[in-house]
Amino acid sequence: MADWYSNFAHSGFGTTVTKQLGLPRPGVLRRYEPGGPLLEGPAVVGSAGTGRLRDTVTAVLRDAGVTVVSPVVADGDASGEKLGAVVLDATGVTGPADLAAAHDFLAPAIKRLRANGRVVILTDPPAAADSPAQAAARQAVDGLTRSIGKELRDGSTANAIYVPEGAESGVAGPLTFFLSGRSAYVDGQGVTLSAADVPATQDAAKPLAGKVVVVTGAARGIGASIADVMARDGAHVVAVDIPAAGDSLAAVANRIGGTALQLDITAADAPQRLVEHLKERHGGVDVIVHNAGITRDKLLVNMDAARWNSVMAVNLQAQLDLTEALLDGDVLNPGARVVCVSSQSGIAGNRGQTNYAASKAGVIGMVRAWAPTFAERGATINAVAPGFIVTEMTAKMPFGTREIGARLNSLQQGGLPVDVAETIAWLSQPTSAGVNGQTVRVCGQSLLGA
Amino acid sequence: MADNSKPATRKAAIVGGNRIPFARSNTAYAQASNQDMLTATLDGLVARFGLQGEQVGEVVAGAVLKHARDFNLTRESVLGSTLAATTPAYDVQQACGTGLEAAVLVANKIALGQIESGIAGGVDTTSDAPLAVGDDLRRVLISLNNAKTVGDRLKALARIRPGQLVPEIPRNAEPRTGLAMGDHAAITAKEWEIGREEQDELAVRSHHAMAAAYERGFFDDLVTPYLGLARDNNLRPDSSAEKLATLKPVFGRGEGATMTAGNSTPLTDGASAVLLASDEWAAAKGLPVLAHLVDAQTAAVDYVHGGEGLLMAPAYAMPVMLARNGLTLQDFDFYEIHEAFASTVLSTMKAWEDPEFCKEKLGLDAPLGSIDRSKLNVNGSSLAAGHPFAATGGRIVASLAKMLHEAGPGKRGLISICAAGGQGVVAILES
Repeated sequence: MADWYSNFAHSGFGTTVTKQLGLPRPGVLRRYEPGGPLLEGPAVVGSAGTGRLRDTVTAVLRDAGVTVVSPVVADGDASGEKLGAVVLDATGVTGPADLAAAHDFLAPAIKRLRANGRVVILTDPPAAADSPAQAAARQAVDGLTRSIGKELRDGSTANAIYVPEGAESGVAGPLTFFLSGRSAYVDGQGVTLSAADVPATQDAAKPLAGKVVVVTGAARGIGASIADVMARDGAHVVAVDIPAAGDSLAAVANRIGGTALQLDITAADAPQRLVEHLKERHGGVDVIVHNAGITRDKLLVNMDAARWNSVMAVNLQAQLDLTEALLDGDVLNPGARVVCVSSQSGIAGNRGQTNYAASKAGVIGMVRAWAPTFAERGATINAVAPGFIVTEMTAKMPFGTREIGARLNSLQQGGLPVDVAETIAWLSQPTSAGVNGQTVRVCGQSLLGA
Repeated sequence: MADNSKPATRKAAIVGGNRIPFARSNTAYAQASNQDMLTATLDGLVARFGLQGEQVGEVVAGAVLKHARDFNLTRESVLGSTLAATTPAYDVQQACGTGLEAAVLVANKIALGQIESGIAGGVDTTSDAPLAVGDDLRRVLISLNNAKTVGDRLKALARIRPGQLVPEIPRNAEPRTGLAMGDHAAITAKEWEIGREEQDELAVRSHHAMAAAYERGFFDDLVTPYLGLARDNNLRPDSSAEKLATLKPVFGRGEGATMTAGNSTPLTDGASAVLLASDEWAAAKGLPVLAHLVDAQTAAVDYVHGGEGLLMAPAYAMPVMLARNGLTLQDFDFYEIHEAFASTVLSTMKAWEDPEFCKEKLGLDAPLGSIDRSKLNVNGSSLAAGHPFAATGGRIVASLAKMLHEAGPGKRGLISICAAGGQGVVAILES
């Protein structure tokens, strides 16, 4: 969907107007293209304190064909080659004093960051610190990352990865994601890794080759986009939606060489039917994406039971029931992935959406609680929380509400369904094994609920 | 020494099916052509079983009402679908028996090892029906086309008369008797003394059974919505004997007329398709085998001069097929008797119960006997769904195969479909 404002802001006249008036100038986001480079320029890697991940980071970058250049000194020349990414290993911080090194490294480097650049900071989870001072320094990274995200322009993003002792092997997947165009609309976020058996490599072009992926709500919108991206990455997609949406579901399945399964996921026998279908047709399942969701908006005081119950049934109870059935039904293949779609409303709340926000917040609690169970099986369960995503639904919003909604984030634009899909596809990859129980926001660092 | 060059025959598996919801004439599909509907139905089947770009052995389908331009209807539909363009196809037409006959043809080729997979289907529209010009005008237009000079053309044009401009509209009537099919059925209903109440009762049961089947999701993997329709729009879940009793008879004449719009199928648009295969092909693709097509039989009756009812041919086909398979009429778990008219179902069953008919017409020592009504059309039939002529067979085959699969292995189902021209097709499926 064309972003008329973005087009205007980048036109000749629009450039003059927006610059003079200090209006937002949303960047044209760099999105993932199969076969394209990980970054559009060289990367620089630095440390604060004596960290343990600098070599890992450098290896990941070099393996992806990225040139790693020497850190820029504080008074360095800002006119040199523009950088594609700036990565800071802050796993060595022991107290606030060590953060001075972070500043020394980041300030000149970010000055040379090109459009659609990437800033990634790695540190340990604050909770596992040896001392309050160390916890303070690690927690400081959160504020630092978020603020950098807000200062960056032209489609550049800043994200953090929290790496506990023993989870180092899980760094490559998330780091690659945050550097790549797949994370175009993920900004100001932090992902906490956990120790897991993570494969060293995966097929870069087809990371989901041979995988059977179920996507609910796949007939249109974000669900159809998820199906597209999963198929592009090599998966066989079982596209699920309600029988009444079967014609567009069939079109999606035929477009991507997948299969259509018409199923009302709230039906009492839906979990059993899904399990039987997966056993009979595929012998098991590798990934399920709980994307199906509905809204039935009303102020709480005016909301009838039907609105409340139907939203809960589709958005939360069905996710619980289907996941439970897959766990019990001996149908999850080794290394399985469950990705649940939550929402910004579930984090920030939204007027008129008590039912929706409650259901979507519930999803966040669900993945957190289930993570240990999945870890025991070598599997993961995570959620994504989309912010303002441009869909047919948002196109129907009143102009003012829509335009304001789309701009209230660091990237100054709405995201696209593909941005949500890319994040889900990343969580589904073999090398994402260290990401478990997390909720990743795809919101361009929205001001809401931040 | 045994000849191993030819494979022994094998029973063809029914993997699954797809149809679009059936729509009463001139409603949801008023603007859709046969090719549109058949293509959409094939695409729904492809999506259900992941057959994109696949070359299946053969696609066999047909339509009863067909435009001249649709001479290659099935092949054209295949080319418009997501199946491989290298998939061969041909058209068949056996009136209302078309869909089932297509399935039998595909199954037989699979049984002989000539193909490993195939799709059988059917489609019909009474909304987008072909209109023909009268023979007089047709002759004028042909001479016009053949004329070489301006003078000859003008001469040809001068032969056109206003009366010739009235098109010939296809009618649901038998060419040799001029009677509508319903009027033929009314004659049979009268002969067999089929009452109004039992016909209405059968119709109500059909609506209720099909509505219940939709509610429990039975059709979730048998139907794909089309043009805004998710369920058959002829279906009346709230149908009742009281409501049907208020309708006036439309077929037959006088006091004894019993056949109404409520206990007869309406003109309907729609399409269906069934995927058949060898067991090996299905297994290799990870696809289910719902049932096998065991046997089939066709028959025809002389309704013009022979004194038999137009729609009674299945009554004759049945004993032949049962004898060949060493089965009795009672050896089945499900019966699917196409509800062209409620009276047709009832007349056929009554004939099988009648010692005189079975002895004199069918040449049997004992009547075939009665059918357990609780096993008859358990998920509704044509009175509820409607009856797009060539699409009914595919609807029944796919639904019955699913019922048998749900009931478990070793269950048997019987299909009986009457057709225009005094023909009938019956078949046995087994899970």
